[in-house]
Amino acid sequence: MSSDGVDNNRRRFLTAATVVVGAVGAVTVAVPFLKSWSPSARAKSAGAPVEFDISKMEPGQQVVVKWRGKPVWIVRRDTNILATLSNVEGELSDPSSDESIQPEYAKNEARSIKPEFLVVEGVCTHLGCSPTYQPEVVAGFQGFFCPCHGSKFDFAGRVYNGVPAPTNLPVPPHFYVSNDVIRIGEDGTV
Amino acid sequence: MSNDNKNNGLAGWIDQRFPMTKMWEEHISKYYAPKNFNFWYFFGSLALLVLVLQIVTGIFLTMHYKPDGAEAFISVEHIMRDVDWGWLIRYLHSTGASAFFVIIYLHMFRGLMYGSYQKPRELIWIFGMCIFLALMAEAFMGYLLPWGQMSFWGAQVIISLFGAIPIVGDDLTLWIRGDFVISDATLNRFFALHVIAVPLVLVMLVVMHVIALHEVGSNNPEGIEIKKHKDENGKPLDGIPFHPYYSVKDLVGVVVFLILFSTVVFFMPEMGGYFLEHANFIPANPFKTPEHIAPVWYFTPFYAILRAVPHKLSGVLAMFAAIAILFLLPWIDRGKVHSIRYRANSFRWLLTMLVISFIGLGYLGALPPTELRTFFAQVFSVGYFGFFLGIWWISKNEKTKPVPERIL
Repeated sequence: MSSDGVDNNRRRFLTAATVVVGAVGAVTVAVPFLKSWSPSARAKSAGAPVEFDISKMEPGQQVVVKWRGKPVWIVRRDTNILATLSNVEGELSDPSSDESIQPEYAKNEARSIKPEFLVVEGVCTHLGCSPTYQPEVVAGFQGFFCPCHGSKFDFAGRVYNGVPAPTNLPVPPHFYVSNDVIRIGEDGTV
Repeated sequence: MSNDNKNNGLAGWIDQRFPMTKMWEEHISKYYAPKNFNFWYFFGSLALLVLVLQIVTGIFLTMHYKPDGAEAFISVEHIMRDVDWGWLIRYLHSTGASAFFVIIYLHMFRGLMYGSYQKPRELIWIFGMCIFLALMAEAFMGYLLPWGQMSFWGAQVIISLFGAIPIVGDDLTLWIRGDFVISDATLNRFFALHVIAVPLVLVMLVVMHVIALHEVGSNNPEGIEIKKHKDENGKPLDGIPFHPYYSVKDLVGVVVFLILFSTVVFFMPEMGGYFLEHANFIPANPFKTPEHIAPVWYFTPFYAILRAVPHKLSGVLAMFAAIAILFLLPWIDRGKVHSIRYRANSFRWLLTMLVISFIGLGYLGALPPTELRTFFAQVFSVGYFGFFLGIWWISKNEKTKPVPERIL
């Protein structure tokens, strides 16, 4: 093919335009495929709020409730346990929960609406393991201990200094439907 | 071989339509490899063998396995108990995974010893590192499939690593999982990636690795370029054709490997909890983390680096850096001499330090953390990264020994 009389500018422009249009098309087509990895409608609806009756809980008892497939702990804290909260304050990395995730009504020392009942997501903020509830002192520690990487949390789910977990355990939105029933996954309508 | 022969018979008919003889000669019968390959040069062909083994056993496993949160664990037990010879196919696959990493780590160590990553073989090394990366992804996603406790919590921890990325981290982990926790959605996509996407990428990368190798030519324990001295036909004087010389030699390696491999498959497929972890014989339970979770042994060195850093984002960065830095090795090492045989003693010490650190990290990564162990993990992490810093440092003005011109 002869290259006489070729308008190189025109040719370069057409080539560039074709490449750009093609690339836009390719990116557009990629979107549905990437989007298909997002949680499906079914997975989202499974994230609906759950209710739990706390009236039968013993002092010191921990129950695990499933919300969004995650373990949510409800712990009935007696006065002894509550008394530990202010004692350990100096060893905590975020004692006033400024860096942590919780609804405004749980941003207090006990990180709860009623101090007696702690509602917290049982998912370590380090790498997602579920810490173990350790109500008695074992090896000099009581609270929540993560077996994976040794992160430690107090009885309000507040993280200790010098452990890999960066923030306190998140408190999910929740409210008391009645005196005995907690609804997890929703803020109360005030 | 002259062109006249090629035009006759079936081979000639094919050769006119497909470069069969040409490819055979280029890569097998007239690929000249240095004549002094030693024990360390078995691992390339062994890796290829294990890749084929994994693909074949994997195909047969998919015929009985069900990638479903409710059925996956049971279907693996079904393979083990009910399917004729299912236990053998599964143990070949699970042992094959560990064998793959043993071979790859030894193969990489060979590269470090003899400078096989140095100019002009940088791309071979890069392709190789991509294979290593793809292999890690493949192994990680495959480990989720039996849907045992360790599958579940291992995946939970590894996916949470991406949550350490500022701003987009949480959305990214949600996107990878396709749910708020590891679930059926995660299992299904990992299955698809494990059996289709990653193997395709792996095979492609292996082809590129081999093509790049055959373009440049193999390094050898002396680190001497055999292409510098050729005979009148342009054949390297210190080279011998891959076939039949090395094809037959590699067969010996295959036999020895298969003896060791079948010993594990038949007598210790769990390898004391290192190849198949005990906690993985319990079905996945999203509400109970096992007492002690550790990745499979081939990830433990990197996992130990992650744990050695008491800060989430820095720990994750250190772990990824430990892998990323390997990619840069051809440029970190400024040395001109390839083989450890002619490099300075400081190079030997650094390589020894790397091996000790890597094994130490691997050992610690499999154990629950204590303060003393974390301290040692930190020491070994420094040793690991120290190797690269050291290599960069010493290779500037390295006191090397004279390298011979020819292989004796």
